[in-house]
Amino acid sequence: MSNVPSELKYTKSHEWIRTEVDGSITVGITDHAQELLGDMVFIELPETEANYTAGDECAVVESVKAASDVYSPITGEVIAINEELADAPETVNEDAFDTGWMFKMQPEDAGEIDELMSAEAYAELIAEEEH
Amino acid sequence: MSSSPSATLSPARTPLYAQHLVAGAKMVDFAGWKMPIHYGSQLEEHHQVRNDAGMFDVSHMVVLDLTGSGITDFLRYLLANDVARIQTPGKALYSCLLNERGGVIDDLIIYFMAEDRYRMVVNAATRDKDLAWVRQQALNANNNKKCNVEIHERDDLAMIAVQGPNARDKAHAALGTDIDAARELKPFFAADCNDSKGNLFVARTGYTGEDGYEIILPAEQAGATWEALLASGVKPIGLGARDTLRLEAGMNLYGQDMDEDISPLEAGLSWTVAFTPEERDFIGRAALTQQKTDGPANKLVGLILEDRGVLRAHQKVITEHGEGETTSGSFSPTLGKSIALARVPTAATEHCQVEIRGKQLAARIVKYPFARKGKSLFD
Repeated sequence: MSNVPSELKYTKSHEWIRTEVDGSITVGITDHAQELLGDMVFIELPETEANYTAGDECAVVESVKAASDVYSPITGEVIAINEELADAPETVNEDAFDTGWMFKMQPEDAGEIDELMSAEAYAELIAEEEH
Repeated sequence: MSSSPSATLSPARTPLYAQHLVAGAKMVDFAGWKMPIHYGSQLEEHHQVRNDAGMFDVSHMVVLDLTGSGITDFLRYLLANDVARIQTPGKALYSCLLNERGGVIDDLIIYFMAEDRYRMVVNAATRDKDLAWVRQQALNANNNKKCNVEIHERDDLAMIAVQGPNARDKAHAALGTDIDAARELKPFFAADCNDSKGNLFVARTGYTGEDGYEIILPAEQAGATWEALLASGVKPIGLGARDTLRLEAGMNLYGQDMDEDISPLEAGLSWTVAFTPEERDFIGRAALTQQKTDGPANKLVGLILEDRGVLRAHQKVITEHGEGETTSGSFSPTLGKSIALARVPTAATEHCQVEIRGKQLAARIVKYPFARKGKSLFD
């Protein structure tokens, strides 16, 4: 059973979202997602200052098995990316929810974050997928 | 003809299904079978085979025993490679099975056992069409009274591949005197090892670019043999690592790197087509001879990606001499870079671009294999 930290928000497409004290958000893919994809070998991150609408493809994670899109969970601007992943994509396998973060965004409308899935709802979603 | 009740399930289970679950396998559907894709980490499994020893359940592959009078002449017509080259007991030959157009129906390994007996191993995914083709050809030949060939599907057998630099030592440690007859085998030779319980057919062949054995054995002995190998430190390896290992070793995968519309000459397999002796006719010969005279338009090459990214099958390749396509691609754990096999115009050399998600990335055209015997063949 995958780990689903209760303080985070989630999407159906398996991104996690953490709201920081300054109102920005940090985004990564969930433990469940990394487990499905297997060993990560390459991660293509968005450019900083790029703007995305909620649901846009903004990054790609490639495991030995396959390439998979990562979607922008909200509308806003990319303000930072995790440069460490370029040389150590396996960090996403090892620590999906912390050092394996992928990018930070400044949301246009903070209200959008509240509408994302709760940990409880996400845990239910993956429990269904696993059966 | 089923070896066990489980073989009637769909997807079918190999005799090692229970062992896979115990080892923590992630099981997937593959060619009508439930097979292990990995047991945790595909990368670790890949390195395990390159550096030490691993084992694969390849019981889904199809073992055919061909017997009868005139069998050698029949096979010399059926196959693009020439079984006249292997008239020594146990000797193995890699060959394509071609259609009249010179396209590849399947690739296979055939072993000479005796004057009237050969063993052939073909792919699981092509089982039905291979059998239909070989049976039809045998029927034609038998009707013409040229031979009296019988084809036996050996669904009562399982198959375990033990591969890696330490694979043979560990297999001998695990299986003891049961496989003593295999000790002196040269590469690409097999031996029947008559043990106390049945019969182990041990071949010094594989699909990884490493030394090792492929062991064909009665299904009911598979579990105990697997467990003995496990106890000797041979680790289970899934189909995921099998694919990256064979890709690094520059070995074609049927259905991906060649198919019924691609000739062996355009799939890097010219070396497996025996044009001599000239008087030997074989299915597809006329088409291949024509292609050889005209010069094949395309060739299969290796690619190493120089930019960051991952090559996958069916990406567009742009060269100075025209476009091509990747046929297999992945991250190479041994090189730490992405590699591919690609079909490109015959004149293309040195450099090309590969289109990945709308971007053109730089790649180097190379001669494969990329890696074998534990080592990368490139800087």
